[in-house]
Amino acid sequence: MFLLPAIIYILALFVYPIAYNILLSVRQSSVIGLLQNTASFVGLTNYRVAVTNPALPGVIAHTAIFMAGSLVVQFGVGFLMAMFFTQRFPLSGLLRSLILIPWLLPGVVTGLILRLMFDPNSGMINQVLSDVGMIHRPIEWLTDTHLALPVVVLANIWIGIPFNMLLLHGGLQDIPKELYEAARVDGAGRLRTFRSITVPVMRPVIAVVLVLGFIYTLKAFDIVIILTGGGPINATQLLSTWTYTLSFTNLDFGQGAAVGTLMMLISLICALGYVRSYRGELRR
Amino acid sequence: MSAPRTSRRAGAISGLNLVAGLVMVAAMLLPIYWAVVTSLKTLQQSYAIPSSLVPPTPTLSAYSEVLHTQGGALLTSLIIAVGSTLLSLLIAVPAAHALANFRFRVTGLVTLVLLVTQTIPGIVLGISFFKIFAEIHLLNSYLGLIIADSTYCVPFDILVIRAFMMGLPHELLEAAYVDGATLLGSLVRIVLPLSRPAILAAALFSFLFSWGDFLFALTLNTSGNVIPMSLSIYQYLGEYTSQWPELMAAAIFAAIPSAILLVLVQRGIRGGIATAGLKG
Repeated sequence: MFLLPAIIYILALFVYPIAYNILLSVRQSSVIGLLQNTASFVGLTNYRVAVTNPALPGVIAHTAIFMAGSLVVQFGVGFLMAMFFTQRFPLSGLLRSLILIPWLLPGVVTGLILRLMFDPNSGMINQVLSDVGMIHRPIEWLTDTHLALPVVVLANIWIGIPFNMLLLHGGLQDIPKELYEAARVDGAGRLRTFRSITVPVMRPVIAVVLVLGFIYTLKAFDIVIILTGGGPINATQLLSTWTYTLSFTNLDFGQGAAVGTLMMLISLICALGYVRSYRGELRR
Repeated sequence: MSAPRTSRRAGAISGLNLVAGLVMVAAMLLPIYWAVVTSLKTLQQSYAIPSSLVPPTPTLSAYSEVLHTQGGALLTSLIIAVGSTLLSLLIAVPAAHALANFRFRVTGLVTLVLLVTQTIPGIVLGISFFKIFAEIHLLNSYLGLIIADSTYCVPFDILVIRAFMMGLPHELLEAAYVDGATLLGSLVRIVLPLSRPAILAAALFSFLFSWGDFLFALTLNTSGNVIPMSLSIYQYLGEYTSQWPELMAAAIFAAIPSAILLVLVQRGIRGGIATAGLKG
């Protein structure tokens, strides 16, 4: 009976809304249907329309670039930093906590701070570049169709590095020191030790970090909306922001729900991987 | 190798590490430094060229302006975050207790579902909540946002508190039952006091999740009656794109809970996330 409130909660606030979302995606529910409350069953029409939407290839490409760029860099840099911080030196604990700040900030604050960094006039980047004479007129980082996506990826990496570092550092700390000493006695070099001890022992943690990274990157919403709103001309439109735009800007909730359902499907496939790696982590 | 030489070498390495660590922190925190500097500038100074890397005439006028215009939004955020934190704990604590200390047929399934909920994109819930809340008149209300924000917290809270409770000695509970304690009595008198650190950590993170919510604030508002800080900043940004000193002062106010959390749970942070996964 202690579990009952939680079960009702999950049914009411997770299961029902998801079922509702799927239902929404198979019904005609544009503005007219919404107003008259006469949304009729249309089968997979919303999906067909979404798949043939001329914006879709771009959205998928941006999402893929955004996710791949974020995951590779934040994992790589996060791993290097995690290894660096396994060494003991003065202030190492304090410095490690300070690096977490970008990740602890609310998404809107992160987005706003980075939007200022890349602001054409008040941004630090343009100001410093023009101080040293490298540019003579402001670069429009966030309103240039070629520059906006890389900047958004960079922004997401800024939040991702601390998260990756935190989890990987935790995993590295749990590796028994004796393993490394045994390797040294056996005359293994640094690279060999890394390949034969660090990576195999860390495998479950690495799996968790990558799966979580995948899920959070797919969900990323706040910073993109604050930085670019999906623009300029959809140059930074991702699946998540597109779902929002379809539903709340175009007021085509059927379309939004269809894209949302597809997103959920991608997430769910990844969730299976998450659960498997989580189980592996527990067994360890 | 003689002892002094080894220690001198170790000292040099740790000095180099300190320098490298400081460089990393500086690189990661540079945008935040610029945000603070800008918040202390006047509007003209914020876009002046050549730029000033420290505020030439530090002024707090942006802060007092923001407190004046955004004070209400800060209060709204506070009410919603506190409400959502309490609601989440009310559901999560008993559930965590049940999952940690009793075995039901559904235990495994519930844990699995809790993990899967972390993968649901917020915008999917946002769309459904918008339609459902419209029917039951929860749009533009504190209660609506409190309920929506609690979806960030409940699964996380249950998993974190459960993990902690599973580490508690089981004999204590058994002894209590032998002494005739009721199920509720044992939860309130034995499990709750022992689990205080985990509950506190869950509460702090719940507060932070709800305080930082932007997605639900954006989607579940149609009239502008209930505007928390995140949405207020977004609207301000839309109206006054280049009022950077004030925007940064607002951002810094919105960041206060993060700063407090960083100080409070600096040590406890790791266990929690490894078990539950974090931040939507």
